[in-house]
Amino acid sequence: MADDVLLRLGQVSVVAGGKSLLSNINLEIQGGESVVVLGANGAGKTTLLKLFNGLVTPTRGTVQAPPASDQALIFQRPPYLARSVMDNVRFVLAMRGVVEPARTEQARAALVACDLGAIESRHAPLLSGGELQRLALARAWACRPKLLLADEPTSNLAPSATREVERLIQSVQAQGTTLLVTTHNVAQAKRLAHRILFLADGQIVEDRPAADFFASPQSAAARNYLEGESL
Amino acid sequence: MSVFADALVAAGQLLLTADASLGDITLLSLRVSATATLIAALLGLPLGAWVALTGSRLRLPTLVVLNASMGLPPVVVGLVVYLLLSRSGVMGPLGWLFTPAGMVMAQTILITPIIAALARQTIDDAHLSLRDWFNSLGLSATQRVATLLFEARFSLAVVLLAGFGRAIAEVGAVMIVGGNISGSTRVMTTTIALETSKGDLPLALALGALLVALVLIINGAAQWLKSWLEQQRG
Repeated sequence: MADDVLLRLGQVSVVAGGKSLLSNINLEIQGGESVVVLGANGAGKTTLLKLFNGLVTPTRGTVQAPPASDQALIFQRPPYLARSVMDNVRFVLAMRGVVEPARTEQARAALVACDLGAIESRHAPLLSGGELQRLALARAWACRPKLLLADEPTSNLAPSATREVERLIQSVQAQGTTLLVTTHNVAQAKRLAHRILFLADGQIVEDRPAADFFASPQSAAARNYLEGESL
Repeated sequence: MSVFADALVAAGQLLLTADASLGDITLLSLRVSATATLIAALLGLPLGAWVALTGSRLRLPTLVVLNASMGLPPVVVGLVVYLLLSRSGVMGPLGWLFTPAGMVMAQTILITPIIAALARQTIDDAHLSLRDWFNSLGLSATQRVATLLFEARFSLAVVLLAGFGRAIAEVGAVMIVGGNISGSTRVMTTTIALETSKGDLPLALALGALLVALVLIINGAAQWLKSWLEQQRG
């Protein structure tokens, strides 16, 4: 099964400003998996995510991941260009070498899938938080990435917008995209995850199927977290 | 105060009955400064973008030189360009001394650092919120620069207007390099300086008023265009 491994960390450590952010991490994620990373603030969730995208360079160890052109990263606060919704999607496709008319066709299909078709000509800075996150997902959708990384994608959203974003993430994952999401929302983790990575103090404390993790967390840190004591 | 009021009235009359030479002087001013701004934009915008985005060790020294060069004294620039363009200078064979081309060169040297330094700050600000996203997309340096220049286009237009304003208001360098030759290199600022020294205050004031009006009209038009474009995109 080694051929199916999409992401691999080999004895990875990250040190920044004299502080250890991740320590001696070994991890393999198969293509098509849906993995949620849980942990308290400062546990190293975002650092772990950014390792795969090259935004963080390991101090030690090896990282295996698809090239940036096969990835999409969803930020907590989605960045956008001061252009129309359509042009924001067309931009990422253009950067990946998709030419017209396929560029506009793919962008429009992604916007329709993300319920943004009716506002494709709206100026992106005028969008609400939920719409911006859907725009970020539309950009990911249009590129059909092998890997979707999402860093607390719903932390700033109302419950209805959160469920809509989750539905879209699940739709992208259903197309065969590998999913790696960080969140503080335990209910969301239950809805999205097949597998849970629980981090504490820069180390993977638990790496188990989601159902097993939520049924019987093995570590005290995970039990405390799920009971809300670490929040 | 009455001298000023009298000069102002006379200036108004001169503007209403403007002759061809006044028009020629104005057009030459616009042509020289617009050309210098265009060339400085072609040099300064990529330079500003490079300084904003590069991780090179040359970044800091370049930034210091750019910022310091924003305050270049025009007469010093004029003197250096004069020496370069003079018959024995390295650029003497071009024959640009006492021509509009030489004046364009002097103004370009004056405003390129201004445009580059302000563009660097503008692009830096625009890049701040987009850096991680661009990194995650794996954008090349060229894609990054092109995108940021487009994203910051309205702010950069203001930068170019600042450069144009500095160029058209400048007198020392064009006086030295152009020579203030009537019908050839005489522009609005050099005419104002000349007429003031001759005591013809109404003409100097009329040209001054025209110069201020031109700068106001150009900036107003740019502001209107920006507002119109923003309205168009909802």
